[in-house]
Amino acid sequence: MTSRESPRVSQPVPRPLWRRALGPRLRAAGLALPLVAFVSVTFLGPMLSLLTKSFYDPEVADALPGTMAALRDWDGQGTPSDEAFAAVAREFVAARTERTLGRTANRVNRVASGMRSVIMGSSREMVEAGAAAEAAGAATDGAFWRETMISIDSRWGGPEPWRALEAAGQRLTARHYLKALDFERGPDGGYVRAPEVWRIYVPLFWRTFLVSLGVTLLCLVIGYPVAHMIANSPPKRANVLLLLVLLPFWTSLLVRTTSWIVLLQNQGIVNDFLVAIGLIGDDGRIAMIYNMTGTFIAMTHVLLPFLVLPLYSVMRAIPPAYMNAAVSLGATPFQALRRVYWPQTLPGVGAGCLLTFILAIGYYITPALVGGQSGQLISNMIAYHVQTSLNWGLAAALAALLLGGVTLLYVVYDRLVGIDRIGLG
Amino acid sequence: MMAATAVSPGYRVARWGYLAFCVAAFVFLIAPILVLVPLSFNAEPYFTFTEGMLRFDPEAYSLRWYRSIFDGDEWTRPLANSLIIGISATVVATVLGAAAALGLAHPAMPGRKIVTALLISPMITPVIIAGVGMFFFYSNLGLAQTHIGIILAHAVFGAPFVVITVSATLAGFDWTVMRAAANLGANPLVAFRRVQLPLILPGVISGSLFAFAASFDELVIVLFMGGLEQRTLPRQMWSGIREEISPTILAVATFLIVFALLALSTVEWLRRRGSARA
Repeated sequence: MTSRESPRVSQPVPRPLWRRALGPRLRAAGLALPLVAFVSVTFLGPMLSLLTKSFYDPEVADALPGTMAALRDWDGQGTPSDEAFAAVAREFVAARTERTLGRTANRVNRVASGMRSVIMGSSREMVEAGAAAEAAGAATDGAFWRETMISIDSRWGGPEPWRALEAAGQRLTARHYLKALDFERGPDGGYVRAPEVWRIYVPLFWRTFLVSLGVTLLCLVIGYPVAHMIANSPPKRANVLLLLVLLPFWTSLLVRTTSWIVLLQNQGIVNDFLVAIGLIGDDGRIAMIYNMTGTFIAMTHVLLPFLVLPLYSVMRAIPPAYMNAAVSLGATPFQALRRVYWPQTLPGVGAGCLLTFILAIGYYITPALVGGQSGQLISNMIAYHVQTSLNWGLAAALAALLLGGVTLLYVVYDRLVGIDRIGLG
Repeated sequence: MMAATAVSPGYRVARWGYLAFCVAAFVFLIAPILVLVPLSFNAEPYFTFTEGMLRFDPEAYSLRWYRSIFDGDEWTRPLANSLIIGISATVVATVLGAAAALGLAHPAMPGRKIVTALLISPMITPVIIAGVGMFFFYSNLGLAQTHIGIILAHAVFGAPFVVITVSATLAGFDWTVMRAAANLGANPLVAFRRVQLPLILPGVISGSLFAFAASFDELVIVLFMGGLEQRTLPRQMWSGIREEISPTILAVATFLIVFALLALSTVEWLRRRGSARA
């Protein structure tokens, strides 16, 4: 079955079986190969670097190699050896003069808060103490530094700062994940769950989950009748109605978000209208945006087409004869709807809801623009750590956890619908 | 479609409720978009209808916000950037995506399911996740804050659209036709150009429109990776909304709505043409 037989040769020379079988396969694979390679480099590469960053953090280890080596034999009790004091002093003083110590101190501070001021405060005096001792010709060995550092900051005489340095110096680490799950380092260096009021990320994941679920259900409630109407209209009207769903689908997200701001803000059209018809007073304007309500409304609007379109394509294929048969067999329209129509639409419901939910869970732009303080979701926190706090390890861990959740949902989607059946409009 | 035999009052109420609900839902879908269009002609710097506008006083309408798009480069630079990035990304996505779809549709394609899943994964991964990864990865390669970096990212997001639309046009394609073409003396390239290309062209055009629209509207990657030189239209709108919102944004939005309408009509027209022939 080759497709390259020359037409002028009436009796093609028989080719080896393996070539006949392999040729088309190679050609098909060859066509797909460029995109496979492209996706691997430009997409899988970044995904791998995301995962790597979430558990591999060499920054402190690279900045303080001598300290890490000296701390390796320390049992975690009391203070480490004199060599460790000497190494820390050498590396702090060197990093301070190169102005790179601040970065390292920030990293250590993420492991144990307060360490930034310990490191930056001590190191300033350590530079002076070291210079003074050298000028006086005194020895600046480990014993000298032990005494000096503890006199500068008594905390160096206890195990806590050393444990923090040691923990921050781990190249392979679960600390970003622990932080992303609201665990914090206890006084003995072990990880415990943060007190409830200080938990940030797990409640935020939970909120994101609930908002996505709420938006998905709202989309289903609105989208089901809409899809039903389109699917059961005469072709001309169906086309017009479909256009009303597709136009929002094609319109820029920024445009749709802008329009919700214009509509819902305090001096916006909806409030103006409600004031004009006297439903609310001018001082009683409703806060519908820059809060969770705004996130909810705008996300529902943005995601509604993603639910309507798969539902519509399933509903279109349901012959009306079934409903007619149910009714003529004595079912009330509601019974027919519930027991005959609804079960047939379940594949569309499942596919549409899952897709909507997955999209909702990763939403960033809309909550950032219309969510205010209370309407932020986990993706906003990820963006914050990428752009503002620059805690990339934590951002990576949060994104990796989100990715894990989404992947799980896709496995469900694949079982339910088939991943290669994702359609467009 | 419901049988007319059961016209109980309850049914009638439900029927009217259903109609009213659907009308309200369609208004919810479309009104927020359409409301921007008249507002963009506001003569005053307000985001709401002035009394004059409601009286249809011609004085209350003006083109000043459209003119202000072209004042200075606040909006023209981002527009140019969006076009450069969008068109480049679309070309890459279309060429690679169409070729891959042809390969995937071939009956001899090995590992079709896993390859398909790989190829469409960029489209279905939440952009925030991909954005974080790309930020790390492209920064290491020195591609952050370059056009190339953003073009590559947008191309990989756009390619799945092309794969899907072209695959759809190839569904049910009779591959013996290609053998027939070969038997009639066409070499593979000629057979492709004369037999397959006309068939997949609507899918290629639709897919490239999807890919272009995706790039034209993409913001997360641009926020993470773009510098001042890579300000695109969505990036400028983002600043406009967050910092000082000027009604010029409404004129830009109207322009984008018209673009959406054109893209949508083209895709629908191609689809209908495709299904008419099938």
